[in-house]
Amino acid sequence: MAKLTFSIGGIHPADSKIARERKIEVLPLPDRVYVSMFQHLGAMAKPVVAVGDTVKAGQIIAEPGGFISAYIHSPVSGTVRSIGPRKDLAGFMQMHIEIEVQGDEWAEGIDLTPELVTSIPEDRDFILDRIKMNGVVGLGGATFPTHVKLNPPPGKVAECLILNGAECEPFLTSDYRILLERTDEIVVGAAIMQKVLGGCRCVIGIEENKPEAIAAVRASVARLGYPSMEVAVLKKRYPQGGEKQLIDAVMHRQVKSGGLPIDVGAVVQNVATSLAVYEAVQKNKPLVTNVLTVTGDVLPAEKQHNYLFRIGVPLSFIAQYAGGVPESAVKMVSGGPMMGKAIANLDATTVKGSSSILYLGEGTARKSESPCIRCGRCADACPMGLEPFLLKSLYKAGDVAALEQNAAQDCIECGCCQYSCPSYIPLLDNIRMAKGQVMAVIRARNAKK
Amino acid sequence: MTNTIIWTVVILTVLGLVLSLVLFWIARKFKVEEDPRIDEIEKTLPGANCGGCGFAGCRAFADAAVKAGNLDANYCPVGGAEVMKKVAVILGCEVKETAPMVAVVRCNGTCDARPRINTYQGAQSCKVKAALYGGDTGCLFGCLGCGDCVAACQFGALSMDPVTGLPVVDESKCTACGKCVAACPKRIIELRAKGPRGMREFVSCINKDKGPAAKKACSSACIGCGICEKTCQHGAITVADNVAYIDFAKCKLCRECEALCPTGAIHGVGFPKPLDKEAVKKRVADRKAKAAEAAKAAEAAKAAEPVAVPVQPEVKKEENNG
Repeated sequence: MAKLTFSIGGIHPADSKIARERKIEVLPLPDRVYVSMFQHLGAMAKPVVAVGDTVKAGQIIAEPGGFISAYIHSPVSGTVRSIGPRKDLAGFMQMHIEIEVQGDEWAEGIDLTPELVTSIPEDRDFILDRIKMNGVVGLGGATFPTHVKLNPPPGKVAECLILNGAECEPFLTSDYRILLERTDEIVVGAAIMQKVLGGCRCVIGIEENKPEAIAAVRASVARLGYPSMEVAVLKKRYPQGGEKQLIDAVMHRQVKSGGLPIDVGAVVQNVATSLAVYEAVQKNKPLVTNVLTVTGDVLPAEKQHNYLFRIGVPLSFIAQYAGGVPESAVKMVSGGPMMGKAIANLDATTVKGSSSILYLGEGTARKSESPCIRCGRCADACPMGLEPFLLKSLYKAGDVAALEQNAAQDCIECGCCQYSCPSYIPLLDNIRMAKGQVMAVIRARNAKK
Repeated sequence: MTNTIIWTVVILTVLGLVLSLVLFWIARKFKVEEDPRIDEIEKTLPGANCGGCGFAGCRAFADAAVKAGNLDANYCPVGGAEVMKKVAVILGCEVKETAPMVAVVRCNGTCDARPRINTYQGAQSCKVKAALYGGDTGCLFGCLGCGDCVAACQFGALSMDPVTGLPVVDESKCTACGKCVAACPKRIIELRAKGPRGMREFVSCINKDKGPAAKKACSSACIGCGICEKTCQHGAITVADNVAYIDFAKCKLCRECEALCPTGAIHGVGFPKPLDKEAVKKRVADRKAKAAEAAKAAEAAKAAEPVAVPVQPEVKKEENNG
């Protein structure tokens, strides 16, 4: 079968999956964890515990602050020491709950055994409730609450569930590792989501650079016997794992500007989300653990790791446990090198969406900007078919109406334009701001209607 | 040949005459009645079209002023009182006296005072930087140093000081149009009264963190200790959200707060002599000692006359001394 890919734009950054052979290790518990109240897209969660309370691992410590929001559970057992603002990854103040770790006692009703449970509950509402109550959010990066995504508005029918195992970002290997080590659970998780979506077909998209994962998932699907589930081999190309790009690659359908995947009958979930759904539904285990890669071009291969960490462990603890920050690192990033966020504050805590600590060396520092030479490489690279050079100029000119006409709001912030610019123009930095302005205008207009 | 030339001249002349009549008629028929004062006011205004008054350029300002018939909602910060007086004469109305204003940078986190904890490599724009992260120092409130305010200033009144990394206002050029105030994503720049002979006091910090955190991030941050508020005899200083603010309408420029500020966050500008901190401190200490003595004496008096002394004056005295 021909390898699938999206139709326009895209780039080919170096693969750099150095940590791919490192098995997932369980990270020990630190003395204190800091659980952020802002770990998902949407409204901030509201703490439901007080200072001095004793909590068990897996116990709800914060409830959703709105319709698009999620429950947050304690990742450890211990005592709540403080609830208040603390600096996050970017140095902004965010509400955190500080818990002093005492032992490792889990809340009742959580199945911690490793046995695979394949019998899927019949009741759709029961499944959705479990997903919601266990705080599952999309782990592909956007951390959108999963129970909302799996519950399409009336009139919209999901035809295809796409499981995103592309992991197109260089360096990251956490999805690859869980595809190898937790294959069956991911496949059962996908089957659960298929059931919730009304028995649609399911395609698990994996990039061609992970042949072992492709084989493992194929074998698992065959063994567990899910007829409407198949594996699609995707071409290695960034941003293959972008939601709209993946739909284009797998279903050959394009989501129109301002539309949602469900408009073309697609629901996209990350493989890590599928694992979280499995644990939430079959084991009643809340989303309090995730896998994170410690990697980078300045880190020797033997010091690179994939860790199963409790969500809320400070990044500095993980960095310390992995052997400290290498001296030659000039940049630290959480997430992939293309879309990840620079770590301005290593004392910040991990959140549900944390996928890596990435140490980058001298060569990755940004070079100084020179004038645009009108080569058009950014427009060629843009997977959304936008004209980044134009959007940047329009933003500088402050022309919001023209920005909307030129679809600045469709930018997926993949960074292909900035990556391909020979003049090192910070295109994305500007377009992101432009997108914000246009979105604000659109929201204001919709609110008026 | 001659015929052709004659005919050409005749036809063109007639055509010209006819068209001029048509144009004349159109000009009369569709004449836009406009108050001549709009043109007059526009000519009087500086013509910078900076938008500092809140209108889209000088003509829009003139239009609005003439329509309103007064100058209650109009003030040209660039032209100042002088121009406003002229505009008032044209309109035949009174103009409110407004103190001349100037842009003031309320951050004194120099490179020395505020250690850099990371290096920013993104787009050189404060707006972009502010949206991306908390900044390259421990202070979430301080100047980001990318110079959005410098770019916004149409009068060349702002420049970045390469040593301190902070913007500097050239008072002779600043027209208080407020463009920089709007351009700063951290809202650091404020328009303040220029003050008598250009002298003024202000708190050069807006850090709302609690004392220790603010001090850790920047050695010259306002830590909200409240010494200035307690010292000020004119009630000009208020401390809210861990940061002091001097009300320029009430400030009498005694410079006591500046001398007593433990972090040097209070700045005095335009004073002829440098501040003699020790002298001012001594003055304040003497006054406090006297006040304490007076309070003691009053207490003694109160003790001597246990019943007759009313409570009210006692309290008043303390207030005066404090």
